[in-house]
Amino acid sequence: MTGEGLYHEPHPAEVALLTRRFRLPRSASIDTYLAHDGYRAIEKALGMSPEQIIAEVTASALRGRGGAGFPAGLKWGFVPRQSPKPKYVVINADESEPGTCKDRLLMELDPHQLIEGVLIAARVVDARAGYLYVRGEYRYLIEILDRAIGEAYQRGFLGANILGTGFQFDLHTHTGAGAYECGEESALLESLEGKRGIPRIRPPFPAVVGAFRCPTVLNNVETFSSVPWIILNGGEAYASLGTKKNGGTRLFCLSGHINRPGVYELPLGFPLRRMIEEVGGGVANGKKLKAVIPGGSSCPVLAAEETDLPMDYDSLQRAGSMLGSGGVVVMDENTCMVKMALRIMRFYAHESCGWCIPCREGTQWLSQLLARFHGGGGSERDIQAIGELAQNMLGKTFCPLGDAAALPTLSIVKKFRREFEDHLDGRPCPYR
Amino acid sequence: MSIPLMTLTIDGRAVAAAPGTLVINAARQAGIEVPAFCYYDGLSLQAACRMCVVEVEKAPKLLTACTLPVAEGMVVRTETPQVAAARKGVLEFLLANHPLDCPVCDKGGECELQDMVFRYGAGESRFEEEKLHVAEQQWSPVVYFDRPRCILCFRCVRICGEGLGVGALGVVSRGAHSEIAPNHGDHLECDECGACIDICPVGALTSGIYRYQTRPWEMRYTGTICTHCGDGCRTTLSVRNERVIRGNNRDRSGINGEFLCIKGRFAFDFLDHPERLRAPMVRRGDRLAPASWPEAIAAVAGRFQEIRARGGSFGAIGSARITNEENYYLQKLARGLLGTNSIDHRRSGDVVALLEALAGRPGGLASTADLYRAGAVLIVGADLAQQHPLLAFQIRANVRHHGARVYVVNPHPVREENMAVAVERERGLAGVESLGERLAGESDLVVLFGDGIQGELVGRLVGMLPASARYVALVDYANSRGALDMGVAPDLLPGYRPATAPGLGLAEMAAAAEQGGLDALWVVGANPLEHASVSKAFLVVQELFLTETARLADVVLPAAAAYEKTGSFTNVCGEAQRLNRALSPAGVKTDLEIMGLIARAMGYELAPPLVEAVFEEIRRSVPGYQIPYQAFISGAAAATTPAVGPMGIRPRGAPIRSSRDTLFGSGTLGRYCRVLQMVPERDLVQVGE
Repeated sequence: MTGEGLYHEPHPAEVALLTRRFRLPRSASIDTYLAHDGYRAIEKALGMSPEQIIAEVTASALRGRGGAGFPAGLKWGFVPRQSPKPKYVVINADESEPGTCKDRLLMELDPHQLIEGVLIAARVVDARAGYLYVRGEYRYLIEILDRAIGEAYQRGFLGANILGTGFQFDLHTHTGAGAYECGEESALLESLEGKRGIPRIRPPFPAVVGAFRCPTVLNNVETFSSVPWIILNGGEAYASLGTKKNGGTRLFCLSGHINRPGVYELPLGFPLRRMIEEVGGGVANGKKLKAVIPGGSSCPVLAAEETDLPMDYDSLQRAGSMLGSGGVVVMDENTCMVKMALRIMRFYAHESCGWCIPCREGTQWLSQLLARFHGGGGSERDIQAIGELAQNMLGKTFCPLGDAAALPTLSIVKKFRREFEDHLDGRPCPYR
Repeated sequence: MSIPLMTLTIDGRAVAAAPGTLVINAARQAGIEVPAFCYYDGLSLQAACRMCVVEVEKAPKLLTACTLPVAEGMVVRTETPQVAAARKGVLEFLLANHPLDCPVCDKGGECELQDMVFRYGAGESRFEEEKLHVAEQQWSPVVYFDRPRCILCFRCVRICGEGLGVGALGVVSRGAHSEIAPNHGDHLECDECGACIDICPVGALTSGIYRYQTRPWEMRYTGTICTHCGDGCRTTLSVRNERVIRGNNRDRSGINGEFLCIKGRFAFDFLDHPERLRAPMVRRGDRLAPASWPEAIAAVAGRFQEIRARGGSFGAIGSARITNEENYYLQKLARGLLGTNSIDHRRSGDVVALLEALAGRPGGLASTADLYRAGAVLIVGADLAQQHPLLAFQIRANVRHHGARVYVVNPHPVREENMAVAVERERGLAGVESLGERLAGESDLVVLFGDGIQGELVGRLVGMLPASARYVALVDYANSRGALDMGVAPDLLPGYRPATAPGLGLAEMAAAAEQGGLDALWVVGANPLEHASVSKAFLVVQELFLTETARLADVVLPAAAAYEKTGSFTNVCGEAQRLNRALSPAGVKTDLEIMGLIARAMGYELAPPLVEAVFEEIRRSVPGYQIPYQAFISGAAAATTPAVGPMGIRPRGAPIRSSRDTLFGSGTLGRYCRVLQMVPERDLVQVGE
């Protein structure tokens, strides 16, 4: 398997840590990996104490790349290592957030980097088994991952006696069945255990009661994939690439109305404007920018005038949005924001697991209402209702899926109310 | 050692609660109701309905009171404008796809969704879209499902899986299309207990027996005790136009809480079975002809007088379905008026041997509540799920809530095995012996044993187990235990005092009646001549139906059923409970009334045949029945305390044998319960010791 052709041309602004092997021939093979620093981090980690590894990851200011942005070192520290129960490592490869397509590249083009990151986490908590929970639609990746896992076993990086140190770890792939909700970590665990993919009541959190009711390290693919570089080069070096409390680089997935869509590795804190203009080559067809979803469809949208900001967790939070999963969706001046709200709500209505009432009923109602509204059947009262119904979901659902549906909707109603008014009185959608 | 309580403030009131108490319950203890659909006492937590949200100081958003444990100094507000708005929002969401067909919904008037909307508003609808619709489904003869009404609180799924251990229900599809569905495709494979119907807060699950017949406020409600198995569940009968049309126990009164099996909930339809006897019959030649009550009573009294005058022999057979008062009165008439100790009933468990074996251990009998609290339970030779569903339910709840250890000794698989820590296929004592060491370590053990352990085996069982163990000798029917307690036995007087000159036992009397060794046989609520072709004895039968025995009778007297009278039953665990009359159909009389009429016609002055008078006599004279009257009369289960110790009784007659009814059978009475025949019995049902 070669990375050539699968991956776009690099941009000079990129800082290639995670992606540094992507363009190598047969990048997914263990030989390529071994020839380029492969499995040196686990060798080093096996000589470190769990505390030292956690300290290094904490120093790196690595934050969860799945969307929530929780500090990884802190999360690992929550696992009760003294518990007599077995510990597990679970990899969230259920990448489903609209606008996000980075984990698939990490698995397709450099699976050993992920395996090595997982091994380091396993070493920290003394886990003996790990599960790679792969999104159902990514079934083709299973073959690549299984091949990589097989290679790792052959070379003694997985199995009973890793690198002759007595360290033991088995890694299994497991496919989801195509439910967005299973990207939520507790629903993922339910699904992994063979149950219906619905979220669990928390606390307890997976660190303490996770897979099979045992302590579990659970992180996103990109988070684990970042760990080998951190161990090899030091947490400080990683942290210095980003901004304070926002260490390192991350993969930004540029999509939408942009000239050069793609997955770009950029340091945290990279200016959003530059990302769109320079890295992505600007808005397609010379049109003007209308809005940006900065971190996947769950995030409140930013209007064009709000896009002068650095892309890190804290700056986006201050701007009333989120860095999320790194899915940057660019919308040009002709985009109908009502249709955008509808498109997002349809997704969440389809993906709501149905467990709690506000999410189940709210997403369904709003998707019906927005469809009617976009079709010209709306009234002034409906604009009010859209906001209020979203508000009735926000913060009141069992898991964050309800918020994920409510937040972009509320932001669109607030920032683009004019566009809703333009759909009143039976007028056909004026944006095309 | 007592654990210090935590102090918190709920709606400005200081509330003390044990650590681990959920805020929803702490509030309830303080008299503050926090509404909820999915939260349900005793079942797992869901936090799905979001109705119980409350404001907690320092919390950034509303929290669900059903998952929030109390904390020291916590300040909770349950009815702020923010909370009310959130609840109203949830209700508005629920009503969006709800059909609002309240005028034709069975649940109308007792619907929790109606109640909540009444309380929190959402009276105006903003929903202008098309509602999702799914056609109604019938899952079994007794269970119908109407998806559009369902609010997905998952109570039904949990009561079936967690409560019953059946797991017939699950959830399919996703989001707004989520549906409760049978786990076996389009139909239920279950106990047909109907718990899912009763626990449903809305009209999504409705009863095939009850639906579309009434509004709930048009019925009269009577709480009484189930007439079927020996567990003694309280069931509330709903009567409309002098017909029972529903049974449930939603007020959770009684030892069963709201548990009921198919029999307690649905099997009341024998009451108006077309073959129900409504008038006395007297034999004229080779056929039974209708007669008036005075004629029939005169026929019995006259013949009894004549036999008595010439010193003829009498036999009397009581019943595990008639009340304590009636059984007591029957043995009193038999022993006093007819001068015979030939009195018996069909025995199904060896209570006598147990009482003998427990000599010197007055605390050796377990109560229904003990099954829920004991640290461990041993089940020997019994299929509780089939024959004692309440006991099975209690044990399952114990495992769920307190982690009780369950041991099963049974040659065939039984459902209780799915919660057992050890299963032994070897039969009886051999099986118990193989669990020896583990059981020896159980200091808080309750033992239930079926008819496979009888006679001297009972003593050996008790000898093998820790001295602290408590026991239940399993018996079949609603008043099996009471009939024995009341001395309806040839060798026992009421209260397990030995009779001086034991008479004939059940089988002996039946044989004697058929062969001519008995002059008169008086049968009250039993079918001892089921396989006989003739009765040479003068045969009087008090019955609901023309059973095989009744067909052979000289006089048949139509009796009231348990639901048509007051009195008391004593359940398998020795708890006496009061029956309340739900209705009084024309034509029939209670067995006590009938016996009183016969006694009076014979010129015999006995205690008046009034339930209260006989009950008082029992309380006064039967050892173990000195039960508190006030509590009993107000519906509490009163523990009876039969003396334990050597009675020196030689077992007589045929071995004790359980009927091995399944959930879908109930002895002779079961044949007349149409609902029990409606539901298909699964192949895998196999009741045996």
